[in-house]
Amino acid sequence: MAEIELRHIEKSYGETAVVKDVSLSIRDGEFLTLVGPSGCGKSTLLRIIAGLEAQDSGEVVVGGRCVDDKRPKERDVAMVFQSYALYPHFSVFDNLALPLRTRRLSFAQRLPFVGRAWPGRSDVENAIRAEIAETASMLDIAHLLHRKPGQLSGGQRQRVALGRAMVRHPAVFLMDEPLSNLDAKLRVQMRGEIMALHRRLGVTFVYVTHDQAEAMTMSDRVAVMTAGELLQVGQPEQLYRDPQDLRVAEMIGSPKINVVSCADWTSLGASLPPGVHRSTTHLAFRPEAVGIAAPGDRRLSGIVSTVENLGSDIFLNVALADGCGTVVVRTHPDGSRSEPGRPVGLQIDPGCLLQFDGAGMRQGQTEQVEVAA
Amino acid sequence: MIARSPDWRIAGRLARHTILILTAAFALLPFLWMVSLSLKPPEEIFQADFHLWPTTFHGIENYRVALTAAPMFRFLLNGLLVCAAIFALQLLVCIPCAYALAKLRFHGRDTLFSAVLVGLLLPHQALAIPHFVLLNVFGLLDTYAALILPWAISTFGIFLLRQFFRSIPDEIIHAARLDGLGEFEIIWRIMIPMTAPALAAFGIFSVVAHWNDLFWPLIAVRREEVSTPALGILLFRDDEAGQFLGPLMAGAVIIVAPLLLAFLIAQRRFIDGLAVTNMK
Repeated sequence: MAEIELRHIEKSYGETAVVKDVSLSIRDGEFLTLVGPSGCGKSTLLRIIAGLEAQDSGEVVVGGRCVDDKRPKERDVAMVFQSYALYPHFSVFDNLALPLRTRRLSFAQRLPFVGRAWPGRSDVENAIRAEIAETASMLDIAHLLHRKPGQLSGGQRQRVALGRAMVRHPAVFLMDEPLSNLDAKLRVQMRGEIMALHRRLGVTFVYVTHDQAEAMTMSDRVAVMTAGELLQVGQPEQLYRDPQDLRVAEMIGSPKINVVSCADWTSLGASLPPGVHRSTTHLAFRPEAVGIAAPGDRRLSGIVSTVENLGSDIFLNVALADGCGTVVVRTHPDGSRSEPGRPVGLQIDPGCLLQFDGAGMRQGQTEQVEVAA
Repeated sequence: MIARSPDWRIAGRLARHTILILTAAFALLPFLWMVSLSLKPPEEIFQADFHLWPTTFHGIENYRVALTAAPMFRFLLNGLLVCAAIFALQLLVCIPCAYALAKLRFHGRDTLFSAVLVGLLLPHQALAIPHFVLLNVFGLLDTYAALILPWAISTFGIFLLRQFFRSIPDEIIHAARLDGLGEFEIIWRIMIPMTAPALAAFGIFSVVAHWNDLFWPLIAVRREEVSTPALGILLFRDDEAGQFLGPLMAGAVIIVAPLLLAFLIAQRRFIDGLAVTNMK
C-alpha cells in the first residue's frame, strides 16, 4: 500500500509563492483532508502529488519510492476533480474503461482503427467489461453505462468520476473539492458514501476542500493551509480544541471562534481572566464556552444584536461596546430568551480560553506553564 | 389567426420579408445569371432583352462542350486531390501546434503565439513571389506539390483551433494524463472529438478557399494535367467573339456544384455538431 511523504515542497508561479516549504507525511490507508481558503495552495499541492505539476523544490515519496521523475500515470494515484472532468464524447462505460485500456492494451492494440482488430484485444476487453460491471454495481451506476455524461445528473456524474478513479485500484485517491458542485442535501449524502468507500477500499485518501465541515466530519486527520503554508496537522477534535495558530482556530468550527484582543478587553473595563500569559495579545473562545450573565462585575459585556434560532441551539450575536467586534454565544433553547437590544454580560469558561500572541501563535499552554514553573 | 392580427403587424412582416427577399436576390442573382447563361446559345446571350429561361434551349450543347473541350473531370479530380491534401496537411500541422499553444506550458509560448498572429496579418499575395522562388529552387513548379505545399501551414487554422482547444477545461486533460494517455493520444482521443465542429468549420474555410483559388494556381502551374478547376475554366476564355461564354458558364456551374453539394451535406452535420458540444 502507500504512505505519502512530502518533503519541503515549494512551488511558485512567477513571483507568487503558492506552496511554501510544506512537509507532510500521510499514513497508509489514512483519510487526510487539506483544508484552507481558496487560493491557499491546497489544490496545487494535490496536483504536485499527482504529478500534474512539478514542484520547484522538495520531494514527493509515495509508497517508499521517490516519484519526482515519474509521470502521473506511473504514480499509482487516481484523482477525482471538482468538475468531474468526464470525457463528454465517451459513454459512461468508455469513461470507466479508458484508464484500464491505457494500462492493459499494448501500444499496437491502442492504435486508431487497426488496434480494434489486433490479436488479443478482445480478451482484454472482456476482462475490462467484467471489472467495470463490478465497479458500476458497487456505485449503483450499472444502468447508466450506455449514457453520455451530458445525460446524467450532478450526483450521477460524481459517481462515474469516483468509478473512473476506483476501477483501476490505485494505491492513493486524490480528491479535489469533489462535492462542491452538488446541492447541500446530495453533498451530505455523498460525504457518507465517500467515507464508506474509504473504509471499504482501505487505501490512502487525500481530500481537498475549503469546507471545514467536510474536513471535520470525514477525515482521520486534517491539514490546515493558508497562503501556501501548512499551519497544523491533527485529528479534527485536536484542531478544534487545541489549535496552535489563530488562523487554524478561526478556520475550524462554525460559527467562527470569538477573538477579542487583550487591549479591547481592558479598555472595555473587564478584568483579564487569570492565567493570561505575558506575551498574549489575543484571547479566543468558542461560542459554547461562553454563558450569559448579568452585566457588570468587571465582566466582558455587550448588547445582543441578533438572535439566530437553529432549533437545537440558539446563537446570540453580542456586540461589544466601542466597535470592539461581536461575540457569538451558544445558548440552549430551553434557557432564558434574550431579545435584541438587551445588555448582557459574558461569562467565559477560563479552561476553554485560548491565548495567542501578536503573530497568532498559541501561548500559555499547560506544558509551557509547567516549563515556566 | 393571421387575419385577426392587427394590420401593422402584417405590414411589418411584409416589410421584413421584402428586405430579406431583396437581399437574398442580390446575393443569388449573379449565380442565377450564371446558370441562365449556361443554358443559352451564344446569339441569345448578347441580345438586348433578358430572359431568365432561354428561348432556345442550348444547355446540352454548352455542357457537352464544357465537359469535352477541356478535361473537366481531370480538373475536378485535381481540385479534389489538392484540396484534400492541403486540408490533411493543415490538420497535421495545426492540431499539434494549436494544442501546444493552448495547453502546454513552455518558455516562449506567448512569443510564438504572437508570431502566429503576425502570420495571420500577412496577405497571401505578399508571399507569392518568395514561394515561387522557393519552389523553383526545389524544381517543384508546375507540379501538385507547388499547389499544395505553400498552404500546408495555416496560421488561421492554428489560431482558430487554439481558441477552441483553450475552451476545453484543463481538468479533462489532467484526468486524461492520470488515466495514462500520452500527449498525442490526448489530441487524438480527447481534443479532436471534442472540437469536431471547429475542425469542420475550419475544413469548410480551407476547402472553399483553395477550391476557388485562382491567384496561386495561375502562378504555380501551367500544365493542364495539374490544373485545378478554377484555372482550367480559363481555357474557355475567348477574347474575340465571346463564342465560348455559354460553355464557360456551364464549366463554372460544374465546378461550383460539388462545393454547393458538400456544403449542403456538411451544413446539417455542422449545426448538429455545434449543438452537441453546447450540451456538455
